[in-house]
Amino acid sequence: MARKALLITPDLCVGCRGCQVACKSWNDLPAEETKNNGTHENPPDLTGYTYNRIRFIEKVNEKGEVQWLFVSHRCLHCGEPACVEICPVKALKKDAETGIVYYDKNQCIGCQACQAACPFNIPRYDKNGKISKCHFCIDRVKAGLSPACAKTCPTEAIKYGNREELIKEAKAEGYSVLYGETELGGLGVVYALKASPKEYNLAENPKKPENLIAMGQMLRTLIEKGVALSPSVLKDIGLIKG
Amino acid sequence: MTNHWVDLKNADVIIVMGGNPAENHPISMKWILKAQKEKGAKLLVIDPKFTRTASKADLYVPIRPGTDIAFLGGLIKYIIDNELYFKEYVINYTDLSYLVDPNFKGPEDLDGYFSGYDPKTRKYDKATWKYQLDEKGVPKKDPTLKDPNCLFQLLKKHYRRYTLDMVAEITGAPKEKILEAYKIIASTGKPNKVATICYAMGWTQHTVGVQNVRAMSIIQLLLGNIGMAGGGVNALRGESNVQGSTDMGLLFHVLPGYLPTPKASWVDLKTYIEVNTPKTAEPKSLNWWKNRPKYIVSLLKAFYGDNATKENDFCYGYLPKLDDNTTYSWYDIFDAMYKGKIKGFFAWGQNPACSSANANKVRKALSKLDWLVCVNLWDNETSSFWKGPGMDPKKIKTEVFFLPCASSVEKQGSITNSGRLAQWRYKAVEPPGKCMPDAEIMNELYHKIKELYQKQGGVFPDPILKLNWNYGDKHVDIEKVAKEINGYYTKDVVSHPIDKKTYKKGQQVPSFVFLLDDGSTACGNWIFSASFTEAGNMMKRRGKEDPTGLGLYSNWAWCWPLNRRIIYNRASVDPMGNPWDPQRPVIKWDAQNKKWVGDVPDGPQPPLAMEGGVLPFIMKPSGVGTIFGAGLADGPFPTYYEPVESPFKNLLYPKVHFNPVARTYDSPDDKFVVGTDPKYPYVGTTYRVTEHWQTGVMTRHTPWLLELEPQIFAEIDPELAKEKGIKSGDKVIVSSPRGEIWAIAIVTERIRPLIVQGKKCHMIGIPWHYGWKFPKNGGDSANLITPNVVDPNTFIQETKCFIVNIRKA
Repeated sequence: MARKALLITPDLCVGCRGCQVACKSWNDLPAEETKNNGTHENPPDLTGYTYNRIRFIEKVNEKGEVQWLFVSHRCLHCGEPACVEICPVKALKKDAETGIVYYDKNQCIGCQACQAACPFNIPRYDKNGKISKCHFCIDRVKAGLSPACAKTCPTEAIKYGNREELIKEAKAEGYSVLYGETELGGLGVVYALKASPKEYNLAENPKKPENLIAMGQMLRTLIEKGVALSPSVLKDIGLIKG
Repeated sequence: MTNHWVDLKNADVIIVMGGNPAENHPISMKWILKAQKEKGAKLLVIDPKFTRTASKADLYVPIRPGTDIAFLGGLIKYIIDNELYFKEYVINYTDLSYLVDPNFKGPEDLDGYFSGYDPKTRKYDKATWKYQLDEKGVPKKDPTLKDPNCLFQLLKKHYRRYTLDMVAEITGAPKEKILEAYKIIASTGKPNKVATICYAMGWTQHTVGVQNVRAMSIIQLLLGNIGMAGGGVNALRGESNVQGSTDMGLLFHVLPGYLPTPKASWVDLKTYIEVNTPKTAEPKSLNWWKNRPKYIVSLLKAFYGDNATKENDFCYGYLPKLDDNTTYSWYDIFDAMYKGKIKGFFAWGQNPACSSANANKVRKALSKLDWLVCVNLWDNETSSFWKGPGMDPKKIKTEVFFLPCASSVEKQGSITNSGRLAQWRYKAVEPPGKCMPDAEIMNELYHKIKELYQKQGGVFPDPILKLNWNYGDKHVDIEKVAKEINGYYTKDVVSHPIDKKTYKKGQQVPSFVFLLDDGSTACGNWIFSASFTEAGNMMKRRGKEDPTGLGLYSNWAWCWPLNRRIIYNRASVDPMGNPWDPQRPVIKWDAQNKKWVGDVPDGPQPPLAMEGGVLPFIMKPSGVGTIFGAGLADGPFPTYYEPVESPFKNLLYPKVHFNPVARTYDSPDDKFVVGTDPKYPYVGTTYRVTEHWQTGVMTRHTPWLLELEPQIFAEIDPELAKEKGIKSGDKVIVSSPRGEIWAIAIVTERIRPLIVQGKKCHMIGIPWHYGWKFPKNGGDSANLITPNVVDPNTFIQETKCFIVNIRKA
């Protein structure tokens, strides 16, 4: 199996959010109790029970015209995933075959180091404090199926396939910016754009924390010494801010 | 739809007006985006609100709600003035060259009225709305289009004042955007260019709803876009099976297959047939409705079986009759209920306490009933109306019965989508608890009613007792129903007049072409005939072949009529049978083999110019597409009238504010304002969003959908928000002459104010998906503030434009 990817094309996204519902359905995730916050975007953020969502970006361009962009917000499945590197208990893993970054909740100790390390602030935690995020429907992929979000998307705004082929096709179709092609070892979720990533509220030049290796080493050492890692411990040592 | 969903990919120009496919029909965008991406098609969105569809548009034109006819009238003028119509098409295939009665007068002559208006009855006498006929009874024509009474000249005169300035002044749309849209649309008046129109409730829910659609139909005829791949006039139906329910006779004025409901004065079958079977003197017109007698007789045979005989008028007398000059539309029903004239009501798969305009009147009307039966998936605002806001259960006598039914995945049957495609759906899971499929509830109900009539008699038991009803004792075999809808022989037919073959009693008829008017065939709905033949259930077919590449997918399920994927397709070829556009040939005459190839043609007859050839619009007695809409209640040409409630004047016809024959009601709870009221200075409009469906009974109870759109909202522009001190997320009160509701404000640039007649027009948009019952903080129905003033043809309500005010809660 070659490295897999989801190619996201916001120009084709109509914001129907079938992907959000399909994700909840396949993964059997409960609905959030939300309220209208003066926007159609909901839930307002990723959570331990919301692995993907569409950002509704409303703006007025230089001609004074309104634009409404719909951009998928989820784990980007980095080629060099900082979360996997920092996880002191190897609960986070990168699938060698497909490049999917997945996790084992049974191994997770809930220290939240992965969130601190993530260049995109993606990992969230369930009510038991265990890691939760998009796992690319690795169960479906390994069974030869496409991820639920891609399967349900009516407009091919989320397309699943072999990463190289998807990128080649997108380039041939005239998308000048392929966000994620090279970033962080190449992302497993690639955005096909016709304008700069900034226009779509995508982080430009995302970077892993500089001292990632040292931090990972330190966490592993602490565990060896019998320290029970937790978000508060990570705060004490300055790994989690705030 | 004249065409179908996949066909949207074939268009050069996709016009979205009065619709919002991305939000309400998301799958359509697969084909629209494909057309844009693969062949550079232009998507035009004309809408008061910048929608999710507009986010994908090549050109977005904002307009004031309810001003579509001004915009489209201006487009007709633009096409005529610049001679951009498709000449060969309009001369051969439309009535544009036909001469109209010289006594016919239009709004340009009569200050906004057509000839025949009676101000007392607020109705038209249509005596002058007709063609001039020659001595043989054939409409007179002037192919030079110069005769002052020819339709071309009348159309030109009718729209002469719909100038760009006037259109901008009325609609509030920027002039350059209007012109740009006109240019793009009119560019398709060439044989090799085609535009499609996608519309929905944004056009129909007006007091000029039918005329909105007619205006665009005229444009599509002028541009030669009807019958073409990538063209047509396409109603995007708002419910997955609403096309099917309309086809099956859901509305009061039609029986299954669009056969008119009998009226009291049509005393017997002979009269019914005389009145409803059109005749034509036009030699090349196929006049398909000449077959009406076969369809009504076969329908009666399906209803009454062996009890229906030639001698007893095939039981025609058993059919309920409408009183003459009386309508029984949705709003008439609730008006009668409100006035205590209706004792019992079945709310089957519906939630009128939220779905109906001026819902307060409906909620009060329900309390006048003796009994109410609600058949639904969930208890809702209708079944629980008696404990709703402002209700005192102690004072309500209505006895309510709730029958839980199976959902679409818990039963099998056909579902007919917008493209007339009937697809068979299988049962996936058993219904929970005691929920039953609708057909089984109906079956039990029928058997019980029959039993009561048998035991107790009654005023007129025969229509029930003699029904041909044999779908199963308790369990209903739904394929039996489907087979009856297709039709079958009720006796052996030796040497059938169509093919001289012999058919046995009980055999399925091959298609409606084989139906007869002598009682030897039964057919539950003639337009579905050929859907379930001796070869089996065609709706179950799943063939994926597409030899033309046009996306016809002729072996996928089955569509009416006769599996014809694009109707009026004989208009896609020239009079010799060659496609106007050889790149997109829907059908083509194969001269060698003397037959059509491609889609199922509108009749096997040779092309028009050949011997035995026929005109393309086979359902019309004239055989041509009609620009002159003489059958309508409110005039043969779409005319600009303001919405009933509107803060603006009618600039075109100052003496007539709103559609002079629009219907209004007059009970104390029918509150509306003609024109303007300073208490309600803004224009309100209602709509739907992707995440919810209709009154939200199904979607509000689906937590994954509710989390996406949890509460009723009101979209307003930043300027008005600032003026009123409202911020996004604030709770606001939206009021109208009918009452007020709360909503959460969404302050957005997507619903910008327009300059209309020199002043700002602020708009407030609200979805109608919510109800007081669930969820707790979701809000109530937007229909509590919408008016029940209605279109005179269809009696649909004007919920797309009415006057409102807004304040911070």
